[in-house]
Amino acid sequence: MTIITDALCPFCGCVCDDLTIIVENNKITDIKNACKLGASKIMGHHRIKAPMMRADKKSDFKEVSFDEAINEAAQILFKSKRPLMYGWASALCEVHKKGILLAEEVGAIIDNTATVCHAPSTLAVHEKGLPSATLGQVKNRSDVTVFWGSNPVHAHPRHMGRYSVFAKGFFQEKGRKGRKVIVVDVRKTETAAMADEFVQLQQGSDYLVISALRAILSGHADVVPESVGGVPKEQLVKLVDTLKAAKFGSIFFGMGLTQSISRYKNIDNAISLITELNAFTKYVISPMRGHYNVTGFGQVCTWETGFATAVDFARGAPYYNPGETAANDVLLRKETDAAMIIAGDAGAHFPADSVRHLARIPVVQIDPYWNPTTEVSNVVIPVAICGVEVEGTAYRMDGVSLRMRKMIEPTLPTDVEVLDRITERVRELRGE
Amino acid sequence: MTLNAILITGRTINQGATIENKTSSDYQEATALCELNSKDIGLLGIKPGSRISVKTDHGDVVVKLKENNGNPDGLAFIPMGPWANAVVDPDTKGCGMPGFKGIKARLEPTDNKVLSMKELIARYK
Repeated sequence: MTIITDALCPFCGCVCDDLTIIVENNKITDIKNACKLGASKIMGHHRIKAPMMRADKKSDFKEVSFDEAINEAAQILFKSKRPLMYGWASALCEVHKKGILLAEEVGAIIDNTATVCHAPSTLAVHEKGLPSATLGQVKNRSDVTVFWGSNPVHAHPRHMGRYSVFAKGFFQEKGRKGRKVIVVDVRKTETAAMADEFVQLQQGSDYLVISALRAILSGHADVVPESVGGVPKEQLVKLVDTLKAAKFGSIFFGMGLTQSISRYKNIDNAISLITELNAFTKYVISPMRGHYNVTGFGQVCTWETGFATAVDFARGAPYYNPGETAANDVLLRKETDAAMIIAGDAGAHFPADSVRHLARIPVVQIDPYWNPTTEVSNVVIPVAICGVEVEGTAYRMDGVSLRMRKMIEPTLPTDVEVLDRITERVRELRGE
Repeated sequence: MTLNAILITGRTINQGATIENKTSSDYQEATALCELNSKDIGLLGIKPGSRISVKTDHGDVVVKLKENNGNPDGLAFIPMGPWANAVVDPDTKGCGMPGFKGIKARLEPTDNKVLSMKELIARYK
């Protein structure tokens, strides 16, 4: 029996680094400190056991060798005029690097799961920057914590305990008692039920409410109507007083801002609010990133191409214009003629019309698990699980890079090995 | 009776805990559902656990009804996943992000069955 202490969790953007893993005969038999999300992934589920292929998506798969599957994947990318390479968030930075190289060589569009998550936040950061902090700073200093359109009880279960609400920090010795917690949401979520103050707004009115808070903060409460987005003016005025009274305030935002009407403009406005609060006291704002290494893809893609995601290599040089080059843009325009989906599940998480187009074009899936993307794939290549069977680099939601540890030995090839072999085969097909 | 609602989608703990196990009945149980408050459920005239049809301008899907009194009146929530995505607004509004929240939906009781993940995706082939 092997006991691995201080193991890192490959599920959500918290990347908790205090897990204890018990391994017997190369199987994980117990896990301590993980939340329900992390434990479910690390303890494992049904895996795809062997590579599979089919010509007709309505027929059953046939098991094939890795050589056959890799050759077919390379043929699909080689023949495609407008390939899309999507996913990446459940893989390590070493995988991203290989993927970006392959995308450049085949002239693909490469996009990651942020496209249905925090990519609008990136657009807002282009406009305004991001006055942010590490989760360590939040743990040690934050005395007012705001969750806006985010629900950590469900999506980031240990965030509040380790960093933002219940944690005891260097200047926050009292933990929960020393922190004021505010939740702004459309629904009274479990997170809202634990807050000191719940601001319930009408769906889609975040931009209006943020603008009202900015007006009150700048001394123009007189122009704010009696109710904004369903929130009484009185509550907004009180909220501004609470925000201003912080010594160190932090706002964590989620899909409530990125996916509602106005999209990135909601975050743009929220960052402006934070900038203006910094005229009174210290404030930071951070996106609640979903997958454990979705932040890492943004980092690698930025240092390799100059852009964080939705990069189009068709011109031979990186080009970036979400709205034109994001995964759903090219699928909905029926522009892409082949796709590789890796470490992400477009079949489950894209709108029906995008999945309909995936069902019409050749699709290669590289993933440990059978999921809706498998259902629309022609070639399926199973791989080892990053962060459980493969070590490497991941970026926590606050941009801190961490070394993920290997818990058990893989029985399948790694993403890096598969991408290397596909790249090699593509080069052969091109006569290089 | 038909209930007009605003639909939002999002994460839940059970959706997350089954996300790497999407062929399982646990995943379907966790994501093929629609949450409404008890008042709206009363307007539909059916009980939690009953099947409802969710129709939008972008598609239709059958899911199970679940009570969540954290929802305001007229707000429906479906956990993110293939059932929710059968009815969300694909328009990326010029910034790459489809409309996963704030979709006008019509909800009705139905006798039709909840499709499995494989049956649901088969509709797109």
